[in-house]
Amino acid sequence: MPLEVRTTATLAEAASLLQSERAARFMAGGTLMMRAVNEGDVSFSTIVRTSDPAFVRVRAAGGRIELGAGVTMAQVLASRELAFLHPAARAVGGPAVRTMATVGGNLFAAHPYGDFATALLALDARVQLASGFGAREVPLEDLLRGRERGPRQLVAAVSFERPADPAAFRFRKMTRTHPKGPAVLTIAAWLPTSGGRVSGARVAFGAMAPFPIRARAVERALEGRLLSAEGVAPAVAAAAREGDPPTDPIASAWYRQRVVGVVLRRLLLGEL
Amino acid sequence: MTKAVRLELNGSPVAAVAEGGENLLALLRERLGDTSPKAGCLQGTCGACTVLLDGEPVLACLTLAELADGRRVTTVRGLQDGPRLHPLQEAFMDGFAAQCGFCTPGMLIAAKALLDREPNPTREQVIEAIAGNVCRCTGYTPIVEAILDAARRLAGRRG
Repeated sequence: MPLEVRTTATLAEAASLLQSERAARFMAGGTLMMRAVNEGDVSFSTIVRTSDPAFVRVRAAGGRIELGAGVTMAQVLASRELAFLHPAARAVGGPAVRTMATVGGNLFAAHPYGDFATALLALDARVQLASGFGAREVPLEDLLRGRERGPRQLVAAVSFERPADPAAFRFRKMTRTHPKGPAVLTIAAWLPTSGGRVSGARVAFGAMAPFPIRARAVERALEGRLLSAEGVAPAVAAAAREGDPPTDPIASAWYRQRVVGVVLRRLLLGEL
Repeated sequence: MTKAVRLELNGSPVAAVAEGGENLLALLRERLGDTSPKAGCLQGTCGACTVLLDGEPVLACLTLAELADGRRVTTVRGLQDGPRLHPLQEAFMDGFAAQCGFCTPGMLIAAKALLDREPNPTREQVIEAIAGNVCRCTGYTPIVEAILDAARRLAGRRG
């Protein structure tokens, strides 16, 4: 069935269109939406796009980094200021997918996808939502939690504080095929230390629940600890109790629960 | 809803009318007669439809046809120079880097995207460059070797 494609000049117009037309869906890079189109999904009849320059803008110079939701993984990889995010961007698909796949789209990528969203969650990102009546902001965690059943929302941009020490941000994805494949699980962690002890850690798990989650018990278990084999042991033990991992063709819930601690320990200790 | 799409295909201006929601792969194969990009999964998983859009690799099956309007598209048909094959094609032939051949157009385009950006790639860069292209015949090693060989051939041509 032919679809109508409407391209708006502003994000606000796109948001208004999506609110007024139930059969309209927004498309950014197309790596998720065109799959639905090619499958013959009849739940939508209009594709909404935007040519708003803010949608594809990278603001990485200041203390707070802002990425337009239409910024692609390739754009992230081309930015030297975003070097700490390169492992996460490289975890998304092959080069052709990365030319197309966007920051905003990754927030809506169904399990086991969403590696970049997992990284943003560990950076405590906030999401700017566009609407016909102006923009508002929500924590990324809230957006992810409500994305299946919440109201339809259009993400305009994400923002987060630049990590003071890029080395304190770590990302690791476990896959069954190399160099790329869907996640068995993904871990992103922000691990600031004070006098060698962890202070204010944020740890996010991807593919360990229907959407990326913060691993709060792991974060608590890390507080005040050294990043040594002994220091991280309580956090590693807590990892298996986080989330509610799905069973899928990549891995079973049982396997994910048993392997998450191993991957977490390697990430925390900087082991290969 | 149809839309006229004008683009530069392998250096020549072409035009076609696309249906709303039609992908670039269908436009190339069915309307413009360039069947060199292959229709594999139509899900962005296999990489057989990889083409260059303004020099960057994209999956034609996941690209809205109308987004190619006013842009440059390169398919594997555009690699050769008259009767002369591209060094990548020569290296694939000489190194037996194709068996059934279905993945080959996507592999060649993914490799071209790499060599355009990085003329002297490492083995790891080659593996990363074709990470989105599935081959079920060769086990990848001959393909990786052929791409490294092509890089040497191109360097030789530049002298």
